[in-house]
Amino acid sequence: MLDATLALHPQVALRPEPFGALAYHYGNRKLIFLKHPDVVRVVRSLDGTATVAETLAACEIDQARWPSFEQALTNLQTSEMLQ
Amino acid sequence: MSKTQLVEQLKGGLDAPICLTWELTYACNLECVHCLSSSGRRDPRELTTDEAKAVLDELHDLQVFYINIGGGEPMIRRDFFELLEYSIGRGIGVKFSTNGAFIDAAKAKRLASMEYLDIQISLDGTDAVTNDAVRGEGSYDTAIAAMQHLQDAGFGEFKISVVVTRHNVDQLDEFKALAAECGAQLRITRLRPSGRGADSWHDLHPTQAQQRQIYDWLVLNGENVLTGDSFFHLNALGEEPLPGLNMCGAGRVVCLIDPIGDVYACPFVIHDEFKAGSVRDQGGFSHVWKQSDLFTELREPQSAGACASCGSFDACQGGCMAAKFFTGIPLDGPDPECVGGYGETATLAASSNQAPKPMMDHSKPSRVAVTIGRR
Repeated sequence: MLDATLALHPQVALRPEPFGALAYHYGNRKLIFLKHPDVVRVVRSLDGTATVAETLAACEIDQARWPSFEQALTNLQTSEMLQ
Repeated sequence: MSKTQLVEQLKGGLDAPICLTWELTYACNLECVHCLSSSGRRDPRELTTDEAKAVLDELHDLQVFYINIGGGEPMIRRDFFELLEYSIGRGIGVKFSTNGAFIDAAKAKRLASMEYLDIQISLDGTDAVTNDAVRGEGSYDTAIAAMQHLQDAGFGEFKISVVVTRHNVDQLDEFKALAAECGAQLRITRLRPSGRGADSWHDLHPTQAQQRQIYDWLVLNGENVLTGDSFFHLNALGEEPLPGLNMCGAGRVVCLIDPIGDVYACPFVIHDEFKAGSVRDQGGFSHVWKQSDLFTELREPQSAGACASCGSFDACQGGCMAAKFFTGIPLDGPDPECVGGYGETATLAASSNQAPKPMMDHSKPSRVAVTIGRR
């Protein structure tokens, strides 16, 4: 996962919310709650970086938290929010 | 953040609704006995095309991802396709509910060519006898014909939308098979005592044993069956919660815009008590959503009331506000279909003359048979 190149699916829209954001996929109609502002920040930063590790570093996410971010991003990939 | 924390956040309300229902018209070719909006005749105060477009502009600015359009029969509106195209053009996906009467081969093709569009065909029985008893004579054949047109046009996966009643609850497997056969997805929702449903509730609402049957069926078959989270009152029946947020979203993440632009807390409470304002008011929909007294109140922590001492409250959340309201049960009392049995007692206690009458009745006048005789 850390070496993967990920980007927000072009059919996905993010709507900021107090808890993080709502992500809606216009293609598969899935609605997902991004339940932490840091996850939202990372997801928004994916596009400009080559790998997930690079994104996490660029967003200054503490390395101890990387596994939980890998899990969150994997889930988003499974629901096709990321590609 | 855990799911519980998320749900607590959602109960406090969001900047914009997640799920917004918009009944486009009170006009309908049918007169279903459980119609939530007592539809039939068009209301002369109906929003104009321009007013409707202005609301869509607002929803676009609020980043509402999609809307659920209903009625009445929304396809009766002459500007139906115009509004559909306008909404989708503004990035607001549309799911609309229809009885199918206006979907012919040509319209099906037009619908199939549109992106970000979902269609729900209402059907309340897998045979004409069961369906037509609720939805009116000929409505089964109409729905099946519309489904065939959508299939022929290559629309893709549309939805078959079923209101579960005492009389069709045994057909859930058949509904699922029918959906599979048509390349459709099944959606089942809870009957509410709202609109004309107030009059048919006692004859149609599932029995206690059938509540268990619905829960068990959903646990077994729920995957890929949509429910609009409408059965959360059943969660007290087992360890395994049904999928969904398990909360009443009224005024918090859900609301209704009615055909004349009035905004209600949810599609099941068309009554002054739950009217938050109008899109025609100063500040439009956004103001109503963000500032209205009613919605502010609904976003405050709610009392568990009579259910506070019941061990199942966390699971069922006291059930549906609308179901209580229209059966005369206090809002902090049990759901009339409480699976713990408290609802029956509460319903009996609330004598029927105490139950508030639904408002905005647009039912067609009942027909009186006239015999034209010759002298």
